[in-house]
Amino acid sequence: MDITGLVCDRQQENVMICAEEGREGAAANHLILEIKDLFVDYETDDGVVHAVNGMNMKLGRKQTLGLVGETGAGKTTTALSILRLVPNPPGVIKSGAILLDGQDVFALSEHDMRKLRGSFVSMIFQDPMTSLNPVITVGEQIAEVIREHQKLSKKEADEAALEMLEIVGIARDRFDDYPHQFSGGMKQRVIIAIALACSPKLLIADEPTTALDVTIQAQILEVMKGLKEKYDTSMIMITHDLGIVAEICDLVSVVYAGSVVEHGTLEEVFKHPCHPYTEGLFLSLPNINSRSEMLQPIPGLMPDPTEKYETCPFAPRCHYATEHCRKQLPAKHWFSSTHYAVCAGYDAPEFRLNRRSGQ
Amino acid sequence: MMQKGNKAKSKFKETWRRLKKSRTAMIGLCLLIFIILSALTAPLFFDYNTDALEQNILARFQTPNSAFPFGTDEFGRNVLARVVYGARISLVIGLVSCLICCSIGVLLGATAGYFGGFYENVVMRFADILMAIPSILLAIVIVSAFGVNLFNIIIAVGVATIPQYIRITRASVLTVVNQEYIEAARAVGASTPRIIFMHILPNCFAPIMVQATLRVATVIAEAASLSFLGLGVPAPTPEWGAMLAAGRAYMRDYAYLVMFPGLAIMLTILSLNLLGDGLRDALDPKLKK
Repeated sequence: MDITGLVCDRQQENVMICAEEGREGAAANHLILEIKDLFVDYETDDGVVHAVNGMNMKLGRKQTLGLVGETGAGKTTTALSILRLVPNPPGVIKSGAILLDGQDVFALSEHDMRKLRGSFVSMIFQDPMTSLNPVITVGEQIAEVIREHQKLSKKEADEAALEMLEIVGIARDRFDDYPHQFSGGMKQRVIIAIALACSPKLLIADEPTTALDVTIQAQILEVMKGLKEKYDTSMIMITHDLGIVAEICDLVSVVYAGSVVEHGTLEEVFKHPCHPYTEGLFLSLPNINSRSEMLQPIPGLMPDPTEKYETCPFAPRCHYATEHCRKQLPAKHWFSSTHYAVCAGYDAPEFRLNRRSGQ
Repeated sequence: MMQKGNKAKSKFKETWRRLKKSRTAMIGLCLLIFIILSALTAPLFFDYNTDALEQNILARFQTPNSAFPFGTDEFGRNVLARVVYGARISLVIGLVSCLICCSIGVLLGATAGYFGGFYENVVMRFADILMAIPSILLAIVIVSAFGVNLFNIIIAVGVATIPQYIRITRASVLTVVNQEYIEAARAVGASTPRIIFMHILPNCFAPIMVQATLRVATVIAEAASLSFLGLGVPAPTPEWGAMLAAGRAYMRDYAYLVMFPGLAIMLTILSLNLLGDGLRDALDPKLKK
């Protein structure tokens, strides 16, 4: 895999930024979701945890964005911020803006926000075992969302809920069953049905398959893919499984310590990872061609989230880090109009990742 | 996939199935049904005015015989009729006070658990203060301050149970409120009242119901205690506690005068306690099969 062509040239970079901004203006009304410089803190008794540090994100209609990163990188907090459901206290949204279809989420009243949740933007939670209310029948739980957002009679809502059940591949006669009578995969189907019941424009899936075994994972992904097409839904897929990203996403954002370190199309990020962290993620995957090879984990841990970063947060673990990296915050470097990495290494024109493994 | 024969069972049916397996609970339930039935059908066998109220000095102190199975009291009234009519008063006091105070306690406890913060502190300290006062003293104070009538008695004996409901409800709300399905409900746009009443409270139902069943028993006992002290339902209304108090003077010679109302109190409370314990076991998810 050759990456020489991707080495960034500073002039080119500036051009790209201009191009990007120009396009942005024209395309602004097509954006389903835009997150600008979001900062979220958790103010606990033991100190302030900076969970999200300058998150940026743009998502167009029908696009699927994969949000990849380690545990604690701020993926879920970002997702909850979109719904304005960050638990407060201790969570505080410090600054930044989130635009849902051009509407500023933080400017909405609680009542208007509630109307958006479930109808314009829905979320699928990680663990299907605990995301369904154990004392309410699954049919009722689907119908409830429909009734909440659409002026339908109980009967019509029940009918719509039955249809949803069928769409996600559950027999109609399970309508009156309780969640404990379903298997994990079927529960996740029900949850998908709830999330998509009001055909939202944006679906946030927070590790929807982590709690499921691999065969069921594949099925659930298939269901989600199909429904996404059917309802023209944009999707944010939060995961740390790069395989899932490869399967379902168009765009990838790699998140580290609360902000995006690399962003690009699936092809760009997977074929030409440009941030050392992204490269590290790929190197820590087993390689099917060289089975005897040792995995190369990224050494160290995520930095302490209670500290504010003055320099590149990844530098202490970075294979390529130099003195230069430890002096200032890294800047964005564009490799194409859609692909950037936040890495100070590219300040040096000859810098490139050498893909340490035998790939 | 589940088998066809294993059709969906509602939570109620499931609980009932498990309750049926507990012999003691069924004994309690049968006893309670018997007491309720005899209270309901009392007019079929006895006339309230002539049997339970009218004095008949000539027939006083008859020991139990075929005409008066429970004997007659110091005014010649039929003790059986009075015990049976007394069941009506006791059950009404028990159920109504339980209903009122349970609603208040659950409402306060649920909101305290859900909203937390200063409001929770106020509610919980209020509960602590109520709990610090001996319940019978509290009841005496309320009845003597507001006067003796049925409604005041119902409130007086119930107030002391409110903090129990508050604490139990708050505790179970706290375990439920952080569950993912509550967050999921929020994420699909459910309103706060809807989340509290439709999503959280049904999940806290089991401990509250057990508590309520057991509290009916203590409330009945408390009401009888009040009557025994002379602060209960005014004479000549047949009330078990009052009958005990009246019979106390003749206990040496006519023990049946205190025995039958005492037995009635005991059996009612026993039946409720047996049922409550059975319910607790039946609703315990850890025992689910």
